[in-house]
Amino acid sequence: MIERGQRFLQVSQPRARGRRWFGAAIGALAVFALAGCGSKTSADKAANGGAIELLNVSYDPTRELYKDINAAFAAQWKAEHGQDVTINMSHGGSGKQSRAVIDGLEADVVTLALAYDVDAIAQNSNVLARDWEQRLPDASAPYTSTIVFLVRKGNPKHIRDWGDLVKPGVAVITPNPKTSGGARWNFLAAWAYGRKTGGSDAAAEKFVGDLFGHVPVLDSGARGATTTFVERGIGDVLLAWENEAFLAQKELGAGKFDIVVPSISILAEPSVALVDANATKHGTTAVAEAYLKFLYTPEAQELIAKNYYRPRNADVAAKYAGTFPKLDLVTIKDFGGWQQAQTTYFADGGVFDRIFSGIKR
Amino acid sequence: MTRGAASTPLARAALLGIALAFLGVFLVAPLVAVFAEALSKGFAAYGAALIERDALSAVRLTLLVAAISVPLNIVFGLAASWAIAKFDFRGKSVLITLIDLPFSVSPVVSGLIYVLLFGAQGWFGPWLRAHDVEIIFAVPGLVLATMFITFPFVARELIPLMQEQGRDDEEAALSLGASGWQTFRRVTLPNIRWGLLYGVLLCNARAMGEFGAVSVVSGHIRGKTNTMPLHVEILYNEYNFAAAFAVASLLALLALVTLTLKSILEWRYGIHGRTGY
Amino acid sequence: MQSAEMAIDMGDGRAWHRSSPKSNHRRVIPGFGLTLGFTITWLSLIVLVPLTTIFIRAAGMGWDDFVAVGLSARALKAYQLSFGASLAAGGINTVFGMLVAWVLVRQDFPGKRIVNALVDLPFALPTAVAGIALTALYADNGWFGGLLAPLGIKVAFTPIGVVVALVFIGLPFVVRSVEPVLADLGQDVEEAAATLGASGWQTFHRIILPAIGPALLTGFALAFARGVGEYGSLIFIAGNMPYRTEIAPLLIVTQLEQFDYAGATAIAAVMLIASFALLLLINLIQVWSRKRGMA
Repeated sequence: MIERGQRFLQVSQPRARGRRWFGAAIGALAVFALAGCGSKTSADKAANGGAIELLNVSYDPTRELYKDINAAFAAQWKAEHGQDVTINMSHGGSGKQSRAVIDGLEADVVTLALAYDVDAIAQNSNVLARDWEQRLPDASAPYTSTIVFLVRKGNPKHIRDWGDLVKPGVAVITPNPKTSGGARWNFLAAWAYGRKTGGSDAAAEKFVGDLFGHVPVLDSGARGATTTFVERGIGDVLLAWENEAFLAQKELGAGKFDIVVPSISILAEPSVALVDANATKHGTTAVAEAYLKFLYTPEAQELIAKNYYRPRNADVAAKYAGTFPKLDLVTIKDFGGWQQAQTTYFADGGVFDRIFSGIKR
Repeated sequence: MTRGAASTPLARAALLGIALAFLGVFLVAPLVAVFAEALSKGFAAYGAALIERDALSAVRLTLLVAAISVPLNIVFGLAASWAIAKFDFRGKSVLITLIDLPFSVSPVVSGLIYVLLFGAQGWFGPWLRAHDVEIIFAVPGLVLATMFITFPFVARELIPLMQEQGRDDEEAALSLGASGWQTFRRVTLPNIRWGLLYGVLLCNARAMGEFGAVSVVSGHIRGKTNTMPLHVEILYNEYNFAAAFAVASLLALLALVTLTLKSILEWRYGIHGRTGY
Repeated sequence: MQSAEMAIDMGDGRAWHRSSPKSNHRRVIPGFGLTLGFTITWLSLIVLVPLTTIFIRAAGMGWDDFVAVGLSARALKAYQLSFGASLAAGGINTVFGMLVAWVLVRQDFPGKRIVNALVDLPFALPTAVAGIALTALYADNGWFGGLLAPLGIKVAFTPIGVVVALVFIGLPFVVRSVEPVLADLGQDVEEAAATLGASGWQTFHRIILPAIGPALLTGFALAFARGVGEYGSLIFIAGNMPYRTEIAPLLIVTQLEQFDYAGATAIAAVMLIASFALLLLINLIQVWSRKRGMA
C-alpha cells in the first residue's frame, strides 16, 4: 500500500483509472477476508475431550424444574459413564422457542409447552421425526399440569370460578395465545367452561370474548405475565400454569397470593422430544435419549412433583396427592387434538383473531 | 445585561426550574431507579449477582462482540470518510444517505434480515448447515446484527470533520514526497483522532447495549449466547429483579463512563459531535 | 458552520462547496479506489443486501397477501400507536428540548456541565435498561406510578407509557440539534429585541423560533424516526395488547414467533418504507434550511 501511494503520484490519467478499479478490487477482497475471520469463531464449539454438552430448548416456566433435573441427570450420567455432561438451557415463550429451532437453533432436545409447537418443528424443518410423540411413554409428556387462578391475598374480588372473571371491575392477566403455550391452554380451559355452562361453541366464544375484554396486558410468555401480575401489581387474577401459581405463591410473595381452583380446567401435557438431526450432528443422540428417558424415572418424577408439576408415575403421584387439588379436567382430545385446535382457534383468521377484532376499540 | 427572551430574573429562574425538573423526571429518575433497585437486597447480593457464572459469561460475550464489531466499524468509518471527504464523485450524497440508513431501521428489522439470510429456512441456511458454519444463534450472528446497528457511528463522526478540514494538509504532505499511507498516518490521523475517539465511544456504547436486534438472532442460551442486555431480560423474567438490575447497573455505569469521556473530549479538545446516536 | 453542525449532513455542506472549484484538479490524494471500493462493498454486504431480502420476501407473497397482512386492522392499529406515540413524544420533546437547549446556552448555573453531559444519557444507556427502569418507576407500585395511581392515571402498560419511554429516547436529538443554532444566534439579538420593547413572548416567537425552526424540525424528525422503530425500551413498558398497546416492531416479532415469515416481512417492509420516507424528509429539511441559511 505504501508503494501504491507513491507510485500513484507518477502515473498518468488513463492508467490511474485502471488502478482505481484495481484498488476497488483490493478493497472488496479485504472485506471478504475480514468476513472470513468473523465467521470462523463458531466452528470450535464441538464437544472435545470427555465432556459432552446438550442444549435443551424449553418453554418459560421450566427454569427451576430443569435446574434440578439437569443436576440430577449429570450426576447419574457421570456415575454410570464417567463422563461430564453439561446441559445448556434456553427459555422463552413456547412458540418463540419452536421458531428458533426451526430457524436453526441447534437444540439436542426440546421440552415445550404443548405438542403443537413440537409438531411445528417436525413440519417446518427436517430436524425432527414426525412420529416423535410415539417414541416416549405417555405421548412424550413426562409430566402434566393444569390451569388455575392466582389471586391477591384474601381474594378481595371474590373469584371462585371462571364466571367471576367477567364481572365488572375484574382485570385478568394472561399471556398471548399466539406466542405462549400456557396461554393456549388458558384459552382452551376458558372455552371448556364456556361450552359446559353455555352448552355450545357459540356460547363459549361469547364467554372467551368477554374474558379477553378484561385483559389489560398481553405478555408474550408465561413468565412475563407472572411478572406483570406479581411484581408490577397489575390485574386481579392471573391465569397461570398450576406449577407457576405454586411457585409464585411460595417463592415470590409468601402470603401475598391465594390459588383458586376453578370447577373445570384442562389437562396440560407439555411435550418433550429428541431433535434427531441436531443430536446426530453433535454426536449426542445417546445422552440426549437417556436425558429424556431420565424424566420418567422415579427420581426425576420426585423432582417434577417438588417443582409443582403433576407426575406421571403412580407411586410418586400418590405420595404428592395432597399437593394437587382434584378438579374436572378436559383434555386436548376434546378439541380434536392440537392440529385441529391450532387451526380453529389460534391460526391467523381463527377464533382468537375474530375475538380480538371484536374487542378492539 | 441579561435581558433576553425571558426578561425578568423570575422568569429565567422559572424556565431553568422547569427544564431541570423535566430532566430530573425523565433522565435522572430512571438512572437512580436502576441503582436503587440493584442495591435493594444489599451490597452482598449485588456483588454475588455480578460474579455469577452466567453473568460473567454474558459480560465476556458482550466484550467479545464489541471487540469484533467496533474495530470493523472503525476501518469502515475511516475508509468511507476518506473516500467521501477527500474526493469528489457523483452520487456522494446518495452514498452518505445509505450509510445513515441503519439509524432509521428498527432494530427488530435489522435482526430479522439476518434470520432471513442465514437462518435454517433462509437463503444460505441449508448451505451453512451442510458446511457446519453457524451464524444465527451464535457469535457471528450477534456480531453481524451489532455491526448493522452501529454501522454509521464512526463514519458519521468523521465525514463532517474531515470535510471541514479540507484537503490542503494532505496535498501539502504529498507534494513534499510523503507516501499516501504516511500522509494518512502522520497528517490525517492526528487531525481527526479526537473525533475518531468520540465516534468509537458512541459506537462502543451502542454495541454493548443493543437489545432488539441481538434478541432476534441470539437463541438465548444461558451462558452461551446471552449478551448483557439479554441477560438482564432473562434475570428479569426469573423474578430475580435485584440481579437483573445489578447487571443493568453495570450497563448504566458503562453509559456514565461513556458520557464522562465524551464530556472530557468536548471540554478539552472542543470536539462537538454531530447529533450522536 | 451551521450546516456542518446539523445532525444529518448531506455531505455537500460548506466544506464541499469551498473545495468544489478544485474538483477539476488532477487527483493528487491517493486511495480513492481502495477506500471507495471498500466502503461500497462493506456497505452492500452489511446493510444493503440484507435489507433487500425484506423486499424480495415481501414481493414473493403477492400484492393481495401483502395488503392483507401488512395493512391488516391489527397492523394498522400498531402503526397508529408507533407513529402516534412517536409524534406525541416528538412534540413534547420539541417543547422541552428547546427549553433545555435554551437554558444550557443562555443560562449559567451550578452543575451545568453535568446537566449538559446528562442530556446524552439516552444515547449511551442501553434501551433494555431504560425499559426496565421506566417500568419500575411507572408501575402502580413504583415511585411515580404510586403517586399517579390515586389520581386515576395509569402510565405503565398504556399508550402513555409508550410516550414516556419515547420522550426519554428522543430528548437528546432535539436538544443537540437546537443547541448549536441557538448558540450561533447570540444573546445580543434577544437583547436588542428586548431593548426595542419586545416582550419575552414576542422575542421568542418573532426572533428565536424562526431562527431555530429548521433545527427544531430536524431534531423532531430524528426523534420521531428513532421512536417509530424503538423496541428494547418499549416491550417492557407497553402492555403488548393487540389493537391497544402493541407497537409495530413487537408485531413483527410476534409474527416471527408464529412462524409467519411472510407476515413479519410484510410489516417490516411497510416500516422500512416509512423509514426511507422519514430519512428523505430529514434530508430535505437539511437542504432547505441550508439554502435558507445561505440566502
